[in-house]
Amino acid sequence: MSLLSNTSALLGKELRTEFRSRELLTTTSVFILIVLVLFSFATNPGTEEARQFAPGLLWLAILFASSLMFQSCFLREQVNDTLSSLRLAVSDPFAIFLAKLIANTLFLLLTEALMLPFFAIFYNITLWSQLPILWLVLLLGSAGIAVAGTAISAISAQARMRELLLPLLLLPLLTPILVVSATVTGGLLDRDPVVQWKGIAFLAVFDVVFLTALWIFGQYFLEE
Amino acid sequence: MTKRILLGTVATALVIAAAYANFFIAPTERTMGVIQRIFYFHAATAWAGEMVFFVCFVGNLLYVWKREQKYDWLGVTCAEVGIACISIVLITGPIWAKPVWGIYWTWDARLTSTFVLWLLYISYLLLRTLIEEPGRRALLSALFGIFAFLDVPLVFFSIRWWRTQHPAPVVMGGQGSGLDPTMSKVFFFNVLVMHVFCAFLIVERYIVEKLRHDVDLLQREAEVQ
Repeated sequence: MSLLSNTSALLGKELRTEFRSRELLTTTSVFILIVLVLFSFATNPGTEEARQFAPGLLWLAILFASSLMFQSCFLREQVNDTLSSLRLAVSDPFAIFLAKLIANTLFLLLTEALMLPFFAIFYNITLWSQLPILWLVLLLGSAGIAVAGTAISAISAQARMRELLLPLLLLPLLTPILVVSATVTGGLLDRDPVVQWKGIAFLAVFDVVFLTALWIFGQYFLEE
Repeated sequence: MTKRILLGTVATALVIAAAYANFFIAPTERTMGVIQRIFYFHAATAWAGEMVFFVCFVGNLLYVWKREQKYDWLGVTCAEVGIACISIVLITGPIWAKPVWGIYWTWDARLTSTFVLWLLYISYLLLRTLIEEPGRRALLSALFGIFAFLDVPLVFFSIRWWRTQHPAPVVMGGQGSGLDPTMSKVFFFNVLVMHVFCAFLIVERYIVEKLRHDVDLLQREAEVQ
């Protein structure tokens, strides 16, 4: 199938570009680290209340980091003038989006893997018992962020003040992800952990809705 | 022109009639008192505003599909009128909430999702100011409008299911169902009035947008000569 082969080729390109410089991964990881430390100054991390806020802070940090990370997603193609050749190279423009959003999801998950230990240490939280489910939540949440983020970065790359515009357009769209992921993560990190399957299903629904919308409308984002 | 004047006159007369009905026909609510009369205006504007955003969504879809400028004008018109409505809702809400609940704001599902809705369409208008080329501006803002509208039910249900579990001071379950017959008549009259009034605003704003486009064209022609 051409969509699959196109996507895997483009995904390979995205990963190669990133792992040559590792610019995105290092900057976003450091950014999340800074935000987590700053949050600890804004609240009092030792207390029991901080435990309640911690999942929300973690997801807020991920959200802010993603709005930095997705800046270069389409901008890079535009600066190097490679977007038109990309469009000519693939039979279905959805492949471009699919490759970019898979790459973005992977980058977000990698950053989260790097940051989780720091988060657990700083906020005195034991992650081990619920780790597989936590990863499922991180995967579905990050996929949702990446789907919406990739679409919005295609829009913002074509506008003025794009660095400001991307978070402005993206963050309100991601409200459902923040609400649900923070609540589900909170349940997992509680002293008596609860797995909220309804929330996990909701995250999957969010991913599917936006992925379908991107599949239908993706081709129009890249028109000249 | 005569049709516009007629629509404007009818809309204004209806708004005055609705104000009369709210203050003099609807009975005073037993526990909340006079302040409850803001409900007719508040909730009717919210319904009309949501309807206007739906029309905006339809305009966005039609633009992406047909690429005719009139749908872009419809989109921006409805976004602005919708924001005006929702702003009214967000202002009248706290005015009503303070004496009744004792607070101006609570992070309840309807309030919060209305606020996020307002933010999304403010972003839509901001996006339009930041893209110069008219064709690209129309297409990209239409696409963002579609995504924003799809997001609205997700925002509402996420907040309703995961944020309103705490006992909120909202004791208004089944507002419509428990309404006194006269109150319900007044309310639905208000809903009708606000829809007519919004239709009037949309027509007027649409004409302004069309004129702006014509002026742009003339200016460009003058520059060429």
